[in-house]
Amino acid sequence: MAKVLMKGNEAIGEAAIRAGCVHFFGYPITPQSEVPEYLAKRLPEVGGKFVQAESEVAASNMIYGAAGVGMRVLTTSSSPGISLMAEAMSYIAACELPVVVVNIMRGGPGLGGILPAQGDYLQATKGMGHGDFDLIVLAPSSVQEAVDLTIKAFELAEKYRNPVMVIGDGMIGQMMEPVSFPDVEIGPPLKPGDWALTGCVNRKPRIITSLYLDAMDLHNHNVHLKKKFAVITEHEQRHEAYNCDGEYDVLVTAFGMMARMCKTAIDTLAAEGIQVGLFRPISLKPFPYEACKNAMLKGKRVLDVEMNMGQMIEDVKLAGLGARQIDFFGRAGGVIPSVEEVMNEIRACHAKAKEKNP
Amino acid sequence: MKKVFAFTDGLTRLPTHYCPGCTHGVIHRMIGEIMVELGIRERTVGIAPVGCSVLAYKYFNCDMFEASHGRAPAVATGAKRTRPDLMLFTYQGDGDLASIGMAEIIHAANRGEKFTTIFVNNAIYGMTGGQMAPTTMPRQRSTTTPAGRDPAECGFPIRMAELLTTLTTPAFIARVSSHTAAQSVRAKKVIKEAFEHQMAGTCFTFVEVLSICPTNWGLSPKESNRWLEREMMPYYPLGVFKRPQESTGGDHGKH
Amino acid sequence: MPKIDVMVERCKGCERCNEACPQQIVKMSLKFNAKGYKYAVLADPPRCIGCRMCAISCPDSAIEVCIEGAQYEFFAY
Repeated sequence: MAKVLMKGNEAIGEAAIRAGCVHFFGYPITPQSEVPEYLAKRLPEVGGKFVQAESEVAASNMIYGAAGVGMRVLTTSSSPGISLMAEAMSYIAACELPVVVVNIMRGGPGLGGILPAQGDYLQATKGMGHGDFDLIVLAPSSVQEAVDLTIKAFELAEKYRNPVMVIGDGMIGQMMEPVSFPDVEIGPPLKPGDWALTGCVNRKPRIITSLYLDAMDLHNHNVHLKKKFAVITEHEQRHEAYNCDGEYDVLVTAFGMMARMCKTAIDTLAAEGIQVGLFRPISLKPFPYEACKNAMLKGKRVLDVEMNMGQMIEDVKLAGLGARQIDFFGRAGGVIPSVEEVMNEIRACHAKAKEKNP
Repeated sequence: MKKVFAFTDGLTRLPTHYCPGCTHGVIHRMIGEIMVELGIRERTVGIAPVGCSVLAYKYFNCDMFEASHGRAPAVATGAKRTRPDLMLFTYQGDGDLASIGMAEIIHAANRGEKFTTIFVNNAIYGMTGGQMAPTTMPRQRSTTTPAGRDPAECGFPIRMAELLTTLTTPAFIARVSSHTAAQSVRAKKVIKEAFEHQMAGTCFTFVEVLSICPTNWGLSPKESNRWLEREMMPYYPLGVFKRPQESTGGDHGKH
Repeated sequence: MPKIDVMVERCKGCERCNEACPQQIVKMSLKFNAKGYKYAVLADPPRCIGCRMCAISCPDSAIEVCIEGAQYEFFAY
């Protein structure tokens, strides 16, 4: 398949079309505005609908409407905008509607900055909105992977009737890399099940609602949603274990672009004779706890590296349950740790690992 | 025996939870009748956001969404844009549409979304127990204006029909009332015209329907009718405020 | 001769039909329905003109109107 040099945001937009999604509802916000800009041009070409909503609140409810009538649909935003979509995400998850949301993260909290960050990890994986519900969260570390995971996101959204979030950071959205797409101009439309509101021809009317006034009904609905997520957890955990086949004393844990930079640090250190493993979750939810633990136990110490003040580290701790000491190195606000800095942190961690059991 | 007025197939047989005398039920029935008379019931999708009428999704005999408070116009946008063949209507109260959902209704109207909004104005928040709504009248008591709404504190009631009429985008905008049988007969004609515009794909259609809330007004249904006539109708004049200019031919507004 | 059928269990005794009836012959029964509402009844059937105003004003779709034989010119509703 031919490769084309593309900006991440635009590649994500094109990936959606190749996945069969030709409808987009969104709102401008740096650093992801190129997705709506790209799709505003492209969707009319493929018979799709593009709407610039009046807010992310509105955009998130528009995708609720489009998914509810059985259509593949996408919205994209960045951190503050994603916060405005929280309520709708809870409704969409409760009503079990297939939507894909892309968050190209920027520095926070508050208005924060427009530079890349990873400060929405806990929001996406633990607290995207009120009530017990779970998003499937996929974190690419390259533009190609962003394309592949966006396409996968539509497949998972339909398969499990669950909202799926692809979560990158400003770098993934803004940088250009050669990418290839499946050689289909427009992917297949969604095959709506007996839940979609398609007009009650020769059938009883259907209702899409998340209102359960009877407590036991609502409890049972929660149980159903959790059972569904247990199935998702069983089948949809994804991670990359880099340089973990051989021996290593230190395991680095990182995701997204940060993980990619850590690879460079690891390759450089390997040349200096220090073997370091990298555990990179690709599905931040369901988090690959088991795989993470195994990778952790092979080494002596862990260094978690993130572009935030320490969020994924909570899951890494959960994976290890104290089995290994976990150091943290993080920068927030759009400051991007350099490979050099990461290498120094690894050396420090490595030294401690040696100290403990020489 | 020939039936000249029968239970409409546009509604389910489920008795409603509305308070005795509440004219939500009359408005529901008219919409149900219109869906049947226009032959669109089987391709209509209604949207009931939060409010007394949230449970409308059990009463309308067509596919229904329940939507979050104030967001029905956005949900309708998403559904209608992607399935223009379906008939979409939102059924919203004054707290839902004119307060939390103000941005959504104004922008849906301004984009010229091709769905129909039925806006029930009863000058109060019903479901949550009688708080002030944007349409609550000056000096009208509510649980959050115990001494009566003071415009110096909370401003004056908002006239949604007039407000939306100021938008340039073509639309069909009207205000009717459901409080008496005679007014209901007129109301049904106007609501039907709104749905006919949607069938023709002409423009955004909006019908504000004055309605009584005996429970939260603290009046009997009959007294409520008098109060509506004395207090609300002078402030909320009835009529068709805007029709899509027949002249908007060409591609203008087509999706 | 026109007559109305009241679905007794749907009636909430709101009396809107009583207010709407031009002949003032729709009254509230002295008996209660299962929910404890005094439901609407046609107090003087021969005087019913089949105008449907009671049914049009009813919020609970509790009234149906029937006509026997005579041709009536109805206003469009």
